[in-house]
Amino acid sequence: MSNKRTELKVSAIRNGTVIDHIPADNTFQVLKMLNLDESNRQIYFGTNLDSKKFGKKGIIKISGKFFEEEEISKIALVAPSATLIEIKDYDVSKKESVRLPETVEKIVKCFNPKCVTNIQHIPTKFTVTQDHKGNMKLACHYCEKTMGEKHIEFL
Amino acid sequence: MSKLKGKSLVSITDYSKDDILRILDTAEEFEANQRQNILNGYVIASLFFEPSTRTRLSFESAVQYLGGSIIGFASADTSSVKKGETLKDTILTVSNYSDLIIMRNPMDGSARYASEVSPVPIINAGDGANQHPTQCLLDLYSIRKTQSTLDNIDIAMIGDLKYGRTVHSLVQALSLFGAKFHFVSPDSLKMPSSVKTWVKNAGLEYHQYTELTDVIPIADILYMTRIQGERFPDPLEYEKVKNSYILENAMLENSKDNMKVLHPLPRVNEITEDVDDNPKAYYFQQAKNGVYIRQALIATILGLK
Repeated sequence: MSNKRTELKVSAIRNGTVIDHIPADNTFQVLKMLNLDESNRQIYFGTNLDSKKFGKKGIIKISGKFFEEEEISKIALVAPSATLIEIKDYDVSKKESVRLPETVEKIVKCFNPKCVTNIQHIPTKFTVTQDHKGNMKLACHYCEKTMGEKHIEFL
Repeated sequence: MSKLKGKSLVSITDYSKDDILRILDTAEEFEANQRQNILNGYVIASLFFEPSTRTRLSFESAVQYLGGSIIGFASADTSSVKKGETLKDTILTVSNYSDLIIMRNPMDGSARYASEVSPVPIINAGDGANQHPTQCLLDLYSIRKTQSTLDNIDIAMIGDLKYGRTVHSLVQALSLFGAKFHFVSPDSLKMPSSVKTWVKNAGLEYHQYTELTDVIPIADILYMTRIQGERFPDPLEYEKVKNSYILENAMLENSKDNMKVLHPLPRVNEITEDVDDNPKAYYFQQAKNGVYIRQALIATILGLK
């Protein structure tokens, strides 16, 4: 039943992108981070949908939008399990999991208020790492402080 | 010629084990023969955007023992920073007047940034709460000199392990040499998990304690630190822990013969003055070693050693 419904929703876009398998808690964060809340495109989204893999998930479908590398990095930071499905003329033209980049530049603010990037106008730069529990961490190239997902604030 | 020539030193992790040993060996040469006129005609800039006694004076002393000239300022009040000049502009300007820049700045990460915009090498003399690699090198020099090795020593670190940048760098550096770590602190000032992960990833052991007396009989090095009031977000928390660990001479009775007490200084009350006369007290000699290390760094980075 739910499979059928997903297919129907996907086919409802003629051209555009579906972001699937977003952790349900982060659906609104993804919308906001990609400025979709201010977009004038046709957007459908759902959250707390049943998912065999994740329990609960979010899904966003945006008409007429294909994401650039930098935007995909952003999505990976808050929804590392997400899948991007590109739709062209109602067909799936490309489907791929988002991948965390090795470095993240200019898109995230350092959470350390004393970091030089927060005091002078300097573009930020982070290395993507993991802690011993496998949680994603961003290590600031300048102040060397490491922050977790909950501290991520986009510029 | 060393591959360190022309390379900035921002963080101790910029240096490999071989790089560290090379600097320590060169510092030993300077200890044996301190006055060498190899910096004749060179100009070194010393930019201290916040006050410092030991670090600034020992850098300046190092330059003078080498016969070089020094320019700069000892506080941001006497520079154009007060007029709102950016760090980038200050660095680009001063690099026109000097062969190497020594910088202390209160902004975390300022040294890495300066090294990226500067056409001349930068030596980080402390960037906020982040790194202070020359302190780390002089600590390593002091450990090697007193223990005749850097390999597999038992080091006890005492006091503020949460905010103390010197202990974090020292753990990173000693991890290259296979040390065993003993961390002594109140619960609220424990070693951060990122540093403990570093130790684990190096395949090494650490143990945590709350009593100073537990580590005195087992340590080769007792590394005391000051609990720094200025780093505490809550002054009440500081009042609770400020007198947690005070080392007195009588407590050293059961220590190993080879044991030495180190401290990055300044101390407040964490080592009582009666310890100063004990031959195991090494902190003033440690500060003196800072000059040899800084001579070695300046000479190596300028390609003169």
